[in-house]
Amino acid sequence: MSKLYDYLLLLGDSSMILGHRLSELCGHGPNLETDIALTNISLDLFGQVRNYFQYAAEMKGEEATEDSIAFLRLPHEYRNVLLAEQPNTDFAYIIARQFLFDAYHLPLMEALIESKDEQVAAIAHKSIKEVRYHLRFSSEWVKRLGDGTEVSHQKMQEAIDYLWPYTKELFEETPLEAAMKTEGIGADLNALKVKYDAHVQGVLAEATINIPETPFAHSGGKNGIHTEHLGFLLADLQYMQRAYPNMAW
Amino acid sequence: MTVVVNEVIELIREVSDPEIPVLSIMDLGVVRDVEVKQKDVLVKITPTYSGCPAMDMISTEIKYKLDQAGYNTTVKLILAPAWTTDWITENGRKKLEAYGIAAPLEASADKMALMGESRMVKCTNCGSTNTVLVSQFGSTACKALFKCKDCLEPFDYFKCLK
Repeated sequence: MSKLYDYLLLLGDSSMILGHRLSELCGHGPNLETDIALTNISLDLFGQVRNYFQYAAEMKGEEATEDSIAFLRLPHEYRNVLLAEQPNTDFAYIIARQFLFDAYHLPLMEALIESKDEQVAAIAHKSIKEVRYHLRFSSEWVKRLGDGTEVSHQKMQEAIDYLWPYTKELFEETPLEAAMKTEGIGADLNALKVKYDAHVQGVLAEATINIPETPFAHSGGKNGIHTEHLGFLLADLQYMQRAYPNMAW
Repeated sequence: MTVVVNEVIELIREVSDPEIPVLSIMDLGVVRDVEVKQKDVLVKITPTYSGCPAMDMISTEIKYKLDQAGYNTTVKLILAPAWTTDWITENGRKKLEAYGIAAPLEASADKMALMGESRMVKCTNCGSTNTVLVSQFGSTACKALFKCKDCLEPFDYFKCLK
């Protein structure tokens, strides 16, 4: 398969895995409004994934469909960032994960609207409006919890501390991403990092949250090396297609 | 030829958004192009939001309606240019309001309304602008939830998307 095909999977996988994590919260949000918000964000992410995977399936040809790409791969064939697969714990943690991802996702889409590949640019144009809204939502909640009560502050700080080591990977350029950047199709991760840092630092300062100083970082997701959480997630995500191959609604 | 195109357009007009049944997809602005060559029809539609679950149903309905009328129909989903709320027609905006969904404001006003900085969204029940945002996300991806502080009714607001 072409590099572009692999790149589409890399882009789509992070949205799909995070979208699935958020879908697990359907009916479990802390209140009705946040429950609906998180599942709405999930729906947007899945919509974006469909765009990537439909394009990828067209490129692959044969019998490939968006569903076969989404459901019928093994864990090491998924290229999502590790941040996306981290499990749901408390609300502060869910918001922190969303905030860190959105802060990376928005400049990524801003870069991809300039992509030389027309369809990638079109998908980014479509997604960017939604991602901007997601970032607004998650940023507001980081501030509300961080600068809220003593308990909410502590929980937000713990969540940021825990997830911080997963953020470095977002900007670690893989050979695939380097090649796509050179071809003018993919994004320049260094340029994204500047925008990401500015936004994240601004929001965390307003939220009275300290930026962790740990030099330690996890990585591997973009190369198919995942945390133990992905296997369990996929067992759930893939269940229907594995149990009833080719089933359709 | 023109007569045939009009017939096709009128048939497409009968298809409504399943989430907002009063609104024809023509008024919603999701139909981007219609090509008619004798009995072959190509309809290009664009999604409001990427994950809009209504798109599959809308495609199926367009195809069903036109095929029933003897056409050979293909529906194609296109992403560029991306849909904006500016494409909702004036007629569409009126229908939304009558249905109880406040129509989208201008982009800057929308941002202020959704950030809770200004009171511009009009209650669809009593017309008061003394309204407050309850949730940035509403019953569907395209709506936010508001509440009127005068008549106390909750209502949907169709978010501005540009």
